[in-house]
Amino acid sequence: MLQKFKKYAVSRRGRDSLLCFGIVLIAYIAVQAAIAGGALSSQMKGLLVPICAYVVMAISLNLTVGILGELSLGHAGFMSVGAFAGIVATTALAETIPSAPLRLAAAMLVGGLCAAVAGVLVGVPVLRLKGDYLAIVTLAFGEIIKNIVNVIYIGMDGRGLHFSLVTQNFTLEEGGKMIISGPIGVSGVKTLSTFTSGVVLILITVFFVLNLINSRAGRAIMSVRDNKIAADSIGISVTRYKLLAFVISAAFAGMAGTLYAMNFSTVTAAKFDFNTSILILVFVVLGGLGNIWGSIIAAALLTLLPELLREVGDYRMLIYAILLIGMMLFNNSKLKRRLMEQRSLKQMEKLEQAADGKEGA
Amino acid sequence: MAMLEVTELGISFGGLRAVDELSMRIEKGGLVGLIGPNGAGKTTVFNMLTGVYRPTDGGIRLDGQNLVGKKPHEICKMGVARTFQNIRLFSNLSVLDNVKTGLHNEITYSLAESLFHLGSYRKKERAMDEKAMELLEVFDLGNVVDYRAANLPYGKQRKLEIARALATEPKLLLLDEPAAGMNPNETAELMETIEIVRRRFGVTVLLIEHDMKLVSGICEYLYVLNFGRLLAEGVPGAVLSNPEVVTAYLGE
Repeated sequence: MLQKFKKYAVSRRGRDSLLCFGIVLIAYIAVQAAIAGGALSSQMKGLLVPICAYVVMAISLNLTVGILGELSLGHAGFMSVGAFAGIVATTALAETIPSAPLRLAAAMLVGGLCAAVAGVLVGVPVLRLKGDYLAIVTLAFGEIIKNIVNVIYIGMDGRGLHFSLVTQNFTLEEGGKMIISGPIGVSGVKTLSTFTSGVVLILITVFFVLNLINSRAGRAIMSVRDNKIAADSIGISVTRYKLLAFVISAAFAGMAGTLYAMNFSTVTAAKFDFNTSILILVFVVLGGLGNIWGSIIAAALLTLLPELLREVGDYRMLIYAILLIGMMLFNNSKLKRRLMEQRSLKQMEKLEQAADGKEGA
Repeated sequence: MAMLEVTELGISFGGLRAVDELSMRIEKGGLVGLIGPNGAGKTTVFNMLTGVYRPTDGGIRLDGQNLVGKKPHEICKMGVARTFQNIRLFSNLSVLDNVKTGLHNEITYSLAESLFHLGSYRKKERAMDEKAMELLEVFDLGNVVDYRAANLPYGKQRKLEIARALATEPKLLLLDEPAAGMNPNETAELMETIEIVRRRFGVTVLLIEHDMKLVSGICEYLYVLNFGRLLAEGVPGAVLSNPEVVTAYLGE
């Protein structure tokens, strides 16, 4: 048993899942202990759900950027779709599902599903492109989604849901209420997200993403990343697996969006803009492309950092920027490259030794 | 009927006629060489056979089925696998995963099983591991299965690429300069491996090669391309002593 566990822990796959689940669970216990001990300020408590949402966003974007290998600059767009679809779902389901956690779960499913649909709509035209072109078009789609959500009016009354674009051309019955009112966005929603629900969503995301990576579909996606022509030549439909990864990534971004939106009583479309997309991309790049536990740590630390640096006042953003630059320099430094090279060399040496041993025998 | 029938194949890139009126017939189980000086259009022929390029004229039939206009992954499913002149491995995947990726259409399970790791996931993954290990042992790569493909020495990378191609269970295997960059010992070893592969997997082989020792050593029949046209064909002894072929390679 112990032997088996040791073997699992050394394998790349085992190490990754142990690290991911370990980090999240330990952080969860530590935070709960801190809350119980009264060690967390109310500002910090307010950050807990957004951190969870950003962690899920980072993991899902890592699926597109790190595992599929396509740069996407519009990930906040899918978050936005999930956020607003989730809000509409919770309002519409308020009476059907009275239990708050269940309603949140249902809202997340709706948010994830809507974002997945958006992912298909965006993915089909966008994934025909390559590299920089693809990145720029995803950026454009992110902005398009933001601008569409900005002019959506949705209201609910006794007759059901009402919907219009650009101007509000419906009137609600008495007792009805607006859910989304264009650029003003959403206000007065009962917040449902809790830190625990956020952690559960992270665990679910990690579970599915790691399972995907270690499967037939995941290998196909990574083969597309490493060499499209070779992947095609061994019978893998490149378009299909690109779209698959993109849509799964969008679905998780949608769920993160629901989680995020249900934490605030007011939400506007402007929140999910280009800056948010870039912020999440920064988490992914600094955490390491394709490295899921790296994304978790980077998203959590970099969301906390501005808050922790509040004490230094005006120098806050300066230090934040310097830290970012420092991490980037390290990621590209001779020191790190030498460490990586040493690892490769060690592998090579082992290989040669094995070969020598074989010849000797 | 021949296994692969290429009839009057031609392709133009703008005004350049890269391949013109090429006809070839390869019988089942054959080991055939495609040779010619640099720029003769050999790799272009491979790219047309595997669907990377769509030929402008002519036809390609594999066991009577038309291949023209099919996508590369569809052609692979019909039974054609290839290696590349400049090695194209999945460099960040392990050696084992490279071969398992090649088994993509041989051992399959659903996306839901991929996401939940339920159902036949374990059984099928184990079957993939076993099949992949079996292939890797043939190529003497059994002791390096955990290494990143990019970390392998050059010769082993070439072998891994052939193993990956064989994982797709092809009827026809196309090898694009398998001995490029190998020293004489490695080339000799490669010749043996190709023979073993042919016997063990019952696969028909078409290979592009510049190493004449390899070509005359193992090929049963040769096609010689020059400036996109067929210059000569026949058994190696006759073809390689053909004055036109010698002139094409060495000049006047």
